[in-house]
Amino acid sequence: MKTVFEHPKALSDVLMHYCPGCTHGIAHRLVAEVLDELGVCGNTVGVAPVGCAVFAYNYFECDMIEAAHGRAPAVATGVKRVLPNSVVFTYQGDGDLAAIGTAETVHAATRGENITVIFINNTNYGMTGGQMAPTTLPGQVTTTTPYGRDVKANGHPIRVCEMLATLSGTAYAERVALNNVKNVMAAKRAIKKAFEYQIAGKGFSIVELLSTCPTNWGLAPTDAMKWLEENMLPYYPLGVYKDIGGDK
Amino acid sequence: MADKVLVKGNEALGEAAIKAGCRFFFGYPITPQTELSEYLAKRFPKVGGTFLQAESEVAAINMVLGAASAGARVMTSSSSPGISLKSEGISYIAGSDLPAVIVNIQRGGPGLGGIQPSQADYFQATKGGGHGDYRLIVLAPNSVQEIVSLTFDAFDLADLYRMPVMILGDGMLGQMMEPVEFPEHSDRVLPEKTWATDTTQGKRKKNIVNSLYIKPDVLEKIVLDRYARYAEVEAKEARAETYLTDDADIIITAYGATSRISRNAVDALRASGIKAGLLRPITLWPFPKAEYQRLAKTAKAFLTVEMSMGQMIEDVKLSIDCSRPVHFCGRTGGMIPTPGEIEAKAREIAASL
Ligand SMILES: Cc1ncc(C[n+]2csc(CCOP(=O)(O)OP(=O)(O)O)c2C)c(N)n1
Ligand code: SF4
Repeated sequence: MKTVFEHPKALSDVLMHYCPGCTHGIAHRLVAEVLDELGVCGNTVGVAPVGCAVFAYNYFECDMIEAAHGRAPAVATGVKRVLPNSVVFTYQGDGDLAAIGTAETVHAATRGENITVIFINNTNYGMTGGQMAPTTLPGQVTTTTPYGRDVKANGHPIRVCEMLATLSGTAYAERVALNNVKNVMAAKRAIKKAFEYQIAGKGFSIVELLSTCPTNWGLAPTDAMKWLEENMLPYYPLGVYKDIGGDK
Repeated sequence: MADKVLVKGNEALGEAAIKAGCRFFFGYPITPQTELSEYLAKRFPKVGGTFLQAESEVAAINMVLGAASAGARVMTSSSSPGISLKSEGISYIAGSDLPAVIVNIQRGGPGLGGIQPSQADYFQATKGGGHGDYRLIVLAPNSVQEIVSLTFDAFDLADLYRMPVMILGDGMLGQMMEPVEFPEHSDRVLPEKTWATDTTQGKRKKNIVNSLYIKPDVLEKIVLDRYARYAEVEAKEARAETYLTDDADIIITAYGATSRISRNAVDALRASGIKAGLLRPITLWPFPKAEYQRLAKTAKAFLTVEMSMGQMIEDVKLSIDCSRPVHFCGRTGGMIPTPGEIEAKAREIAASL
């Protein structure tokens, strides 16, 4: 019999704690499939964030570290400097990466730190119950912007890929979305490319995955997908923002 | 025996770290520890080490956490305001049972304070700084030679007990030039780092470095286990040095730079017939309580000398259960107590005995 679908070896065979319909599960699976396809799981160290993915250390079969909120890129830097031939990735939410950890993210990128960042943009702080994130859209209601995000008072959302693309150390930055099969396939290609760039020693790579948080958005999973398409895609256009390509 | 060379405290610390096998340093510039970073920036590339100037102390200490997780001997250094920023990471390092060496060349505080020598971070070093139930081993050298030996010890103790170790110095020690020798570092027998996240290579189950335990009973158990280790450290690793204490009526007690000044004061007091002695803690945590208890049986009073408003004095009182009067002589803000000030205070105490 031919196996057409199986559980990725890099993904632990445990029950995940994510809410039903949450795209964190898809993102995990894509990363695990890529680690398997590249055959690098045994040579990989992952760094989990503080956020809904805090337990990611239980979900990947490689060595894992749980970092403090926002510090994953610094922790990954420490690991990579000690083990330059290993594969090191962080998995971070938008609050972790673009608020409390902005300095760590920007400087890991500008150093060209040879790591891969998997960035989940779900426009809010999922774990703490749906507060405003640096990526919350103008007008978007969250528990700390109950009248909608007023950019005069709360500032503007950060477009992370665009920002990091300006830095010379960034080798690859792409924004993808997890809202339909086509985009999920594209997301996997981007993740694979990001890891390949790291393995080739090209520098900092980041894949931003537009994700849903049905629980805190107060939407059914399918409506959340629609919300992502209608609201996030216009503000956060998909695409490759940086690709140094070639054989640097 | 190695030859003696004349070096500054900060540089001696850097060289000792290299001799101890440390090849990773992550830091952020701050006076008065900058010379240590600059020394390592020069030396590390020559010995195959990695020196990285981080974007902040917060980042530096988390790089230390990553490097320690990967199994490396790693160090960071800073001075007081920078240690405040590192405190988050130090708590995580302690909570993840990782070995690491943190150097604090203290300056005056609070706030931006000043850049002159100080010992006002004693509470921060010995009582926490970061959040949660945890301890640091705190080593307090008082000479350039001792900076070398305690740097060796710092790395060994960190690995042995899987916990962060702080070397607590001050601007005076860092700047001081003394002849020292660098013996070859011979490790104690240290456990293998089977817990390190240095990749499985498909040969073992994955390792997780973590400080999160959502279930309170599990977290409590983890903390209790860690405290059992701390109890072992307290039983085995407390260290102090005494000088003329056997027949002393007044025990002057001080660590680091102030212990040197206090020793001069002891000599002057002895010359004028006052029986003074010096008790110098070398480990501030574990605090050498037994030495204090032993001397409390024969001495009539204690005099604590610090470059602070009086922080270690609390541990002195606790150690002897306030069974003898404990006096204080200190300057703060970067001011250094003189032997004359210490002598005068001791004479006052002697007159009251
Ligand atoms: C220093 C610190 N500050 C605040 C928190 C509380 N906290 C936990 S998760 C979180 C937000 C996480 O949001 P995000 O990074 O967007 O990830 P998500 O949960 O949405 O996946 C916050 C603020 C913390 N754990 N540590
Ligand atoms: S709170 Fe939101 S982001 Fe977190 S697991 Fe639930 S749906 Fe996913």
